[in-house]
Amino acid sequence: MMAHLMNSPRPRPKPPISRRTTGGRYSIWRLLREGLRAQRGWTRAWAKATPRPRYRVVIVGGGGHGLSTAFHLAAEHGITDVAVLERGPIGLGNVGRNTTIIRSNYFHPDNIRFYELSLRLWERLEQQLNFNAMVSQRGTLNLFHTEAQRDLFTRRANQMRLQGVDAQALDRAEVARRVPLADLDSGRYPVLGGFLQPRGGTVRHDAVAWGYARAASAAGVDIVEHCEVQGLRITHGRVAGVETAHGFIAADTVCLAVAGHSSVLAAMAGLQLPIETHVLQAFVSEPVKPVLDVVLTYGAGHFYVSQSDKGGLVFGGAIDGYNTYGQRGTLPMAEEVAAAAVTLLPALARLRVLRQWAGVMDMTMDGSPIISKTPVEGLILNGGWCYGGFKAIPAGGLTTAYLIAHGAPHPAAAHLDLERFAAGRTVDERGIGPFPYLH
Amino acid sequence: MLRIPCPWCGVRDESEFRYRGDATRSRPAADAGPDAFSAYVYERVNPRDWHTEWWLHVAGCRRLLKVVRHTLTHEIRSVEAAGAAGAERAR
Repeated sequence: MMAHLMNSPRPRPKPPISRRTTGGRYSIWRLLREGLRAQRGWTRAWAKATPRPRYRVVIVGGGGHGLSTAFHLAAEHGITDVAVLERGPIGLGNVGRNTTIIRSNYFHPDNIRFYELSLRLWERLEQQLNFNAMVSQRGTLNLFHTEAQRDLFTRRANQMRLQGVDAQALDRAEVARRVPLADLDSGRYPVLGGFLQPRGGTVRHDAVAWGYARAASAAGVDIVEHCEVQGLRITHGRVAGVETAHGFIAADTVCLAVAGHSSVLAAMAGLQLPIETHVLQAFVSEPVKPVLDVVLTYGAGHFYVSQSDKGGLVFGGAIDGYNTYGQRGTLPMAEEVAAAAVTLLPALARLRVLRQWAGVMDMTMDGSPIISKTPVEGLILNGGWCYGGFKAIPAGGLTTAYLIAHGAPHPAAAHLDLERFAAGRTVDERGIGPFPYLH
Repeated sequence: MLRIPCPWCGVRDESEFRYRGDATRSRPAADAGPDAFSAYVYERVNPRDWHTEWWLHVAGCRRLLKVVRHTLTHEIRSVEAAGAAGAERAR
């Protein structure tokens, strides 16, 4: 495998894993033992590193995709001379700002394969990372309200089943049985039925960041917080390293995993991307007793909701719809989401919204992500996640690590290259065209 | 809530408008070649800074407006009618 590596390996002394590993292995026995010792034996789960002057791979962005890429580089390709540089603290970016949904119910066969790879990785994530990420495959249920929508969902379900992915159609009575809270006759668009992916669900998003950080750190990856990248050094069309708040850090390969800000970082390399940055809001209600045990999406407006283990209803809608890097969102979309919420689930009208937050995201020209080499040699881009980045974290990291290690795209992500736009093979899931504010 | 001062209708809420994207791009000449057209259709500067963009006042005068807005603070610096902007560009 080493012969395929993009860059010649540079042996570098690393501290032995036992010295770097912090916290040890987690297990039921460990929990019991700590329970008897007043929880005094727990230590920091991952090491906060100070950057060295040179790495083989520098990953810009310590979010889900950056940490997952670092983990897969170490775990599958034996590349541990890696630094993950994060502008703020781990877990406060988009990895902690989503609505935690995982699913692979796409229409394009290439997308189904990619997201299904991700879903399979989610299914064994906790064992692989030795970290409880509260993966809950409670099912994702998309409601339809018109005959045309039924046809569309049936076509999508058939596409999924052809790829060996679980999908089933539910009639109205079955939807009523599964979601007694929903008002199936409300408004102008009564619910005709639903489209269920039983293996879809939710994952605790903070735990995903922590779990990957812990596993990557234990494998020898340096995770550097509060280290903003201020420039990319390019010499003769090849990336040489990154200028940071802690000075210059040299690297053979630099991977950008900064979705939301990909355009800003790419501009440092003189590149323009097929991306606009938009804001997506999310909301959580005050906690209540269990009322909803699936991830539910409304079909007559843009609204999706699930209930967290703490009891809060976590929900969101569409992007605000204009270019912005402001991580806050404005009220008209909040009103639209609330209107959809109380139309579908009238009981929600009695609940208070506990918190609202927002994340900015790379909206691409075809609504699909980008995992690709760039015109700058040694500069890899993982971005353009639109608002589907969370569910793709395991596969995004695995395929980006493969691209870095082999210098060629992973078969499951080959369709996500940057050249697809100019080449006319965009992956336009919604069939809208190059209008990011509509995706 | 963005408040956009429409030159025809006065200051109105963002919900009266529809966003129509980056207003700095202009169509290349017919013989400019596929690279120029691909860049025109797909590539965006996407600044974390002042952004010149189209807003259509659908629930008002139905005019297309050219707005200069900051993408971090959402401050609006200028608004002009598309017709005037288009005439300016054509000169």
